[in-house]
Amino acid sequence: MARYESLLDACGGTPLVGLPRLSPAVDEGAPPVRLWAKLEDRNPTGSVKDRPALFMVREAEESGHLRPGDTILEPTSGNTGIALAMVAKLRGYRLVCVMPENVSAERVQLLRMYGAEIIFSPAAGGSNQAVATAKQIAAEHPDWKMLFQYGNPANARAHYETTGPELLHDLPTITHFVAGLGTTGTLMGTGRFLKEKVEGIQIVAAEPRYGELVYGLRNIDEGYVPELYDATVLDRRFSVGTRDAVLRTRQLVEVEGIFAGFSSGAILHAALAVAHEAVRDGRRADVAFVIADGGWKYLSTGAYGGTLNDAEEALEGQLWA
Amino acid sequence: MAIEVRVPTILRSYTGGSKVVEGSGDTLTALIDDLDAKHSGLKGRLITPEGGLHRFVNIYVNDEDVRFLGALDAKLNDGDSITILPAVAGGALGFAAAAALLGPRPTAPATTPDSTEG
Repeated sequence: MARYESLLDACGGTPLVGLPRLSPAVDEGAPPVRLWAKLEDRNPTGSVKDRPALFMVREAEESGHLRPGDTILEPTSGNTGIALAMVAKLRGYRLVCVMPENVSAERVQLLRMYGAEIIFSPAAGGSNQAVATAKQIAAEHPDWKMLFQYGNPANARAHYETTGPELLHDLPTITHFVAGLGTTGTLMGTGRFLKEKVEGIQIVAAEPRYGELVYGLRNIDEGYVPELYDATVLDRRFSVGTRDAVLRTRQLVEVEGIFAGFSSGAILHAALAVAHEAVRDGRRADVAFVIADGGWKYLSTGAYGGTLNDAEEALEGQLWA
Repeated sequence: MAIEVRVPTILRSYTGGSKVVEGSGDTLTALIDDLDAKHSGLKGRLITPEGGLHRFVNIYVNDEDVRFLGALDAKLNDGDSITILPAVAGGALGFAAAAALLGPRPTAPATTPDSTEG
């Protein structure tokens, strides 16, 4: 279907494309091992976050949590804010985003263009400064509504009801699903759906490993695991550093013509790891992974060109996923 | 058996400031015991009094989460690379702000890493 009543109805239904050049070679007669990319950058605002944004707003409207003209307050490092800004505009809400100041300039410009207001929390102050900023805002505006993507079941449900069924329809022979681990919504929702339908499927997480500056914690007890996270849905979890993420992001565009953001490079890195294991073990594999967004928003980092060392340095201290 | 262990900033008070230390052991438990012998107190930050891996600590063997490799019983080999990281997801600052707005999650006291396990 290629005609929709509004942009909101055009969310999801993204293409799944084969990666014949990046898929590992197998010996003649050996079972095929193939990589497939789910192009989530083809969503209305250019990222996978359009799905949860739409589901969270709809759920809040249906439950009465959101009423026309309300202000939504959401802490976000980028894509969710952009997606929410579009949904809020079309559904008649005001959006205020709290975000760290060390995100790319394009994200800020996009948010403002879509009509969101932004409150920055200083990167240098670490998480404690962000906590202080957020507490202050919440105290000043008790009527503002939070959707809270890290603990909102509608985030995971968006993927259970859309991403999962789309993948099964397009790739019934799927053996592995690989996605990024942030709010955990994509992996929890898609993973639960696929585990119910596909025997033996492996759900694999790729977690970005940022530079030291980004963590900004003072002790272990300040750590956080999103409320949505359920480890039993996952089979494996990889930590992918900046260098590997950049290398794979460049390979995506150089080898397969897919221009993606760095989190997608991290996801490809984990997908290639499981694909190569399947080749080594002589097992058939159809590995589907998520292209979370396009590369446009990250061009200003300069990390698409120059040496890998330069790129690593350029992304140090940035939230690249 | 030499195993390289990467230590996050918040735990370097136990390693004299070292970012990378070496240890040995054929399981993760054995490795942590060996590390604790050299860097007293480190084990208490990684393992709970009940004997499990601390909820907000992630340990990776060659970039893979040990919780999916047998957790503390995970088998280790010479030359393996171990990374210890605090649990963060989706950007530390974003979720910290979110947690503050929601409120119910107990906020950690502003103490040094030397404070006792909560």
